[in-house]
Amino acid sequence: MSYQGKFRVWRGDSEGGELKDYEVEVNEGEVVLDVIHRLQATQTPDMAVRWNCKAGKCGSCSAEINGMPKLMCMCRMNTFAEDEVVTVTPMRTFPVIRDLVTDVSFNYQKAREVPAFKPPADLKPGEYRMQQVDVERSQEFRKCIECFLCQDTCHVIRDHEENKESFSGPRFLMRVAELDMHPLDAADRQHAAQDQHGLGFCNITKCCTEVCPEHIKITDNALIPMKERVADRKYDPIVWLGNKIRRRPA
Amino acid sequence: MATGVDSPGRAQIGLKTARSDRWWLAPLRIGVILVFFIVYATIRIFMNKWYWVGEFHYLTPLYSPCLTSSCVEGSSHLGTWFGAFPRFLPFSLITFVILAGFRGTCYYYRKAGYRSLFFAPAACAVPEPHKTYTGETKFPLVALNLHRYFFYGALVFGLLNVYDGVQAFHGKDGGFGIGLGTVIIWVNLVCLWLYTLSCHACRHIVGGRLKNFSKHPMRYRYWTFVSKLNPKHGTFAMTSLFTVILTDFYIMALAAGWFSDLRIIN
Amino acid sequence: MTELERHSYDVVVIGAGGAGLRAAIEAREQGKKTAIICKSLFGKAHTVMAEGGCAAAMGNANSNDNWQVHYRDTMRGGKFLNNWRMAELHAQEAPDRVWELETYGALFDRTPDGRISQRNFGGHTYPRLAHVGDRTGLELIRTLQQKIVSLQQEDFEATGDYEANLKVYAECTITELMKDGDAISGAFGYWRESGRFILFDAPAVVLATGGVGKSFKVTSNSWEYTGDGHALAMRAGATLINMEFIQFHPTGMVWPPSVKGILVTESVRGDGGVLKNSEGKRFMFDYVPDVFRAQYADNEEEADRWYKDADNNRRPPELLPRDEVARAINSEVKAGRGTPHGGVFLDVSSRLPAEEITRRLPSMHHQFKELADVDITKEPMEVGPTCHYVMGGVEVDPDTASSTVPGLFAAGEVAGGMHGSNRLGGNSLSDLLVFGRRAGMGAATYVDQLQERPKVDEADVDAAATEALAPFELEGGENPYSIHQDLQQSMNDLVGIIRKEEEMERALGRLAEFRGRIAKMTVEGHRQFNPGWHLALDLRNMLTVSECVAGAALLRQESRGGHTRDDFPEMSPEWRKKLLVCKLDAEGHVNVTEKQQIPMREDLLELFEIDELKKYLTDEELPTA
Repeated sequence: MSYQGKFRVWRGDSEGGELKDYEVEVNEGEVVLDVIHRLQATQTPDMAVRWNCKAGKCGSCSAEINGMPKLMCMCRMNTFAEDEVVTVTPMRTFPVIRDLVTDVSFNYQKAREVPAFKPPADLKPGEYRMQQVDVERSQEFRKCIECFLCQDTCHVIRDHEENKESFSGPRFLMRVAELDMHPLDAADRQHAAQDQHGLGFCNITKCCTEVCPEHIKITDNALIPMKERVADRKYDPIVWLGNKIRRRPA
Repeated sequence: MATGVDSPGRAQIGLKTARSDRWWLAPLRIGVILVFFIVYATIRIFMNKWYWVGEFHYLTPLYSPCLTSSCVEGSSHLGTWFGAFPRFLPFSLITFVILAGFRGTCYYYRKAGYRSLFFAPAACAVPEPHKTYTGETKFPLVALNLHRYFFYGALVFGLLNVYDGVQAFHGKDGGFGIGLGTVIIWVNLVCLWLYTLSCHACRHIVGGRLKNFSKHPMRYRYWTFVSKLNPKHGTFAMTSLFTVILTDFYIMALAAGWFSDLRIIN
Repeated sequence: MTELERHSYDVVVIGAGGAGLRAAIEAREQGKKTAIICKSLFGKAHTVMAEGGCAAAMGNANSNDNWQVHYRDTMRGGKFLNNWRMAELHAQEAPDRVWELETYGALFDRTPDGRISQRNFGGHTYPRLAHVGDRTGLELIRTLQQKIVSLQQEDFEATGDYEANLKVYAECTITELMKDGDAISGAFGYWRESGRFILFDAPAVVLATGGVGKSFKVTSNSWEYTGDGHALAMRAGATLINMEFIQFHPTGMVWPPSVKGILVTESVRGDGGVLKNSEGKRFMFDYVPDVFRAQYADNEEEADRWYKDADNNRRPPELLPRDEVARAINSEVKAGRGTPHGGVFLDVSSRLPAEEITRRLPSMHHQFKELADVDITKEPMEVGPTCHYVMGGVEVDPDTASSTVPGLFAAGEVAGGMHGSNRLGGNSLSDLLVFGRRAGMGAATYVDQLQERPKVDEADVDAAATEALAPFELEGGENPYSIHQDLQQSMNDLVGIIRKEEEMERALGRLAEFRGRIAKMTVEGHRQFNPGWHLALDLRNMLTVSECVAGAALLRQESRGGHTRDDFPEMSPEWRKKLLVCKLDAEGHVNVTEKQQIPMREDLLELFEIDELKKYLTDEELPTA
């Protein structure tokens, strides 16, 4: 049942590094993270890897496996042929710390830039009434485990470091959408989505949706609806004209 | 200075992409289809002929509605609103602008086009070749936000196409008739409508823009209906592309007399 | 002098799970400059693993529910060993804490009239668990995380600095607490990323480090659960209670091996899932203990009717408290009626339509599909007991969450007493919120009343640094990974779900050997993000905690909740009166002593029928009516 698997793992830090080849035992039913752990326990005790729950619930063990952003704990070994070389590298959009561990602080910065839920002024705790159909859209986005794979794969920042300042990335644009669709949120988020969080950078090529381990339909259910909401406010000439005539700020 | 995935501070892996699968296959396939359609449609709209089969009242969707006095006799269902167009101007200009506009600003085609034609990016985690990227923040791409107006236009053209479809139940003897052409036209109609109704702008307009569904039960039902179609928007987009080409080609072939229509009734 | 980074705070919270974040929110709202320290990234804490829900007697699903009923359920679940004051506060305050989350932006599933929906769970009389599908823990942690961010945004508005009053130190581990005389003066630790040392100068420290599951081989807990808070508290001179009570969750995955132990939520049973052995028999009917006969059905028909009409039928025995179910599964497997991979079947596929399963249990469906390649809408799951929760922890004052050491507070799983000998499902999330807040408040009040700020002694800092670097000093010693594996195996085999005197003595012998092995282990590489070194430091804590568990388990000669003795299978009212308290002696050895429980307040005692009390209490404790 077990075999010697061929692994190429990137070892190094911000100064440099290289892909190193390893042969390591693989058993039935294992995932990539198990094999990385076995490497750690038997050959490379100092190999840095970030992980936590091992069940796809915490989103810590994000990496790139054969070039695709994935959670190592959710990538079963039986999806590879036994003689296939499995390449594991750190996420390539964020600065590397060591081996498979990257510095994801960019995401925490962006999280701070999204204004928090603004509760309605007149409701006390316990008085909130919301219908299931009204919370469902936002609930889908709240399934997010913040693995940041969507941020990693998004070419807007992956391929263009300079866009990091003006683009929040799919995770946090989805957060804006989540709040905009929250039935009781009292803040205006549509202008900010475009102006502060860089929704316009998104060209809906859907890689965020493709890599999402929670299978959240980020593009179809969050980003595009948000683009449409922004269009309502900013790019709809009829609305624009109406506002001009009524002399109301857009 | 190194940029993109090789930017300073990031892991220096030395590979553009570590993807080992055939990631280029899907964008290549879609790219070929898109290019084929663009070439075919351009040729067709400048042909200015073979769009009407008078015997069975078949009008190709690419020329519907035909509104200029240059249109062949019988093809102008709505009358001729404009005079004769000069030779270099296609009769179907308005149709083309709306339909190409609807597809060109469509969220699915945007994805397909960016991936296959502009490689931005060609596939996930594959570096794009461009030095800078501003996405849809600046002119002209910011204009893609006008999708909804093309959607409204497409709705109007969709209705015209239904009218054309009804006309296509025309027999050789003048009464009711069905031929293979009628069937193709109706298959195309269904696909076009599925594509149009599953549109993201449509989903937004019917109900997606609301904060509270529970206060608008009817619109919630519309939204739920569109939301069921919407995940297949891409499939409908590609299928309807094929059926449009098929319909147009079939009518062109009949009009040109390359072969004759297979009649089922009359 | 050791080279290090220094920070000064009013309150330092160790742990960024539900309890830690709630404590930090409270401390910050009381105007205290607060630091949150977490071993992993912000928002990854083990709380995300909680699936079922958060128990609070809001009465949304059944208006008969109130805090008294919740209190009774909690005491029954804990077999009356609970600290009654904690159970009382918990039952009273849980609804407010849940409602508060909504003001932070939480989106729970709703009832048709728009209130928070509540679901059934083992041991709870009424549907009581506020939930979001089966990812309630994620909702809770994200909500609290976002509340922290919103407080930081307020500080940014006011000062221009997000981190002026509330800062998260992620991927940072505390190895030692600093003291000035009796009182806490700070905390010493290192950055996991760089390995550099860091010192927090703070008069109040809140421990919210969670549990100890990583000392066991089969566990639902993550690598973080190494009993850090338990061990830190003991080294600082505080006491632990109830350490013999470890909850084995009845349903963990048993296959494939790499995910063995990962949790299968109790909601599967709450929503209709049943347990069957390899003969296809619904065996739980054979395991209803006498104390629960009145509340649990003895035949399948009645049990099945209960899902539709809970008021007129008794509950299905699958929903007995966790300890009962875990023991039942254990017996079935031992009797040779287990599945091929050594568990039992948990079947929901024959009980609910497929779309209902995917709607109600989305993450379970996802988990089995992706990790085990099993479609739970078509086939049964294979499950078995897994080490899940430690009821024991730091002995605290119920109202302030203060330990016996001035300035040291504890909340959540690391605190002991609230759950007695066994925790009910759903009571942990509410525990986090209720006592997290109380710990934050307790710490803030303590800081306010302080006459003079305790000082950190530089010699202690140097000693802590030397201790932390010790594993690098030796060469040619054992690798920490193999010691860890042996420790887990020993605890699983010898102090596991069923315990015997002779085995536990053997365990204590082994633990003494481990102490020697740990002193001589070697870590390779350097300090920057070195998992071998991190494990080496955590091992000390796991060992201390394991000694407490084994030591206390050996002394308690009865079976109760999460402590089952093969040689003492009965529950004894005499033992109910006693708590076992663990403390380190001058040489650093664990001492376990007995302590009398404080008798329950009379008005609380009156909430129970005398017949029920007779099952748990001695005659002299019974109210004289």
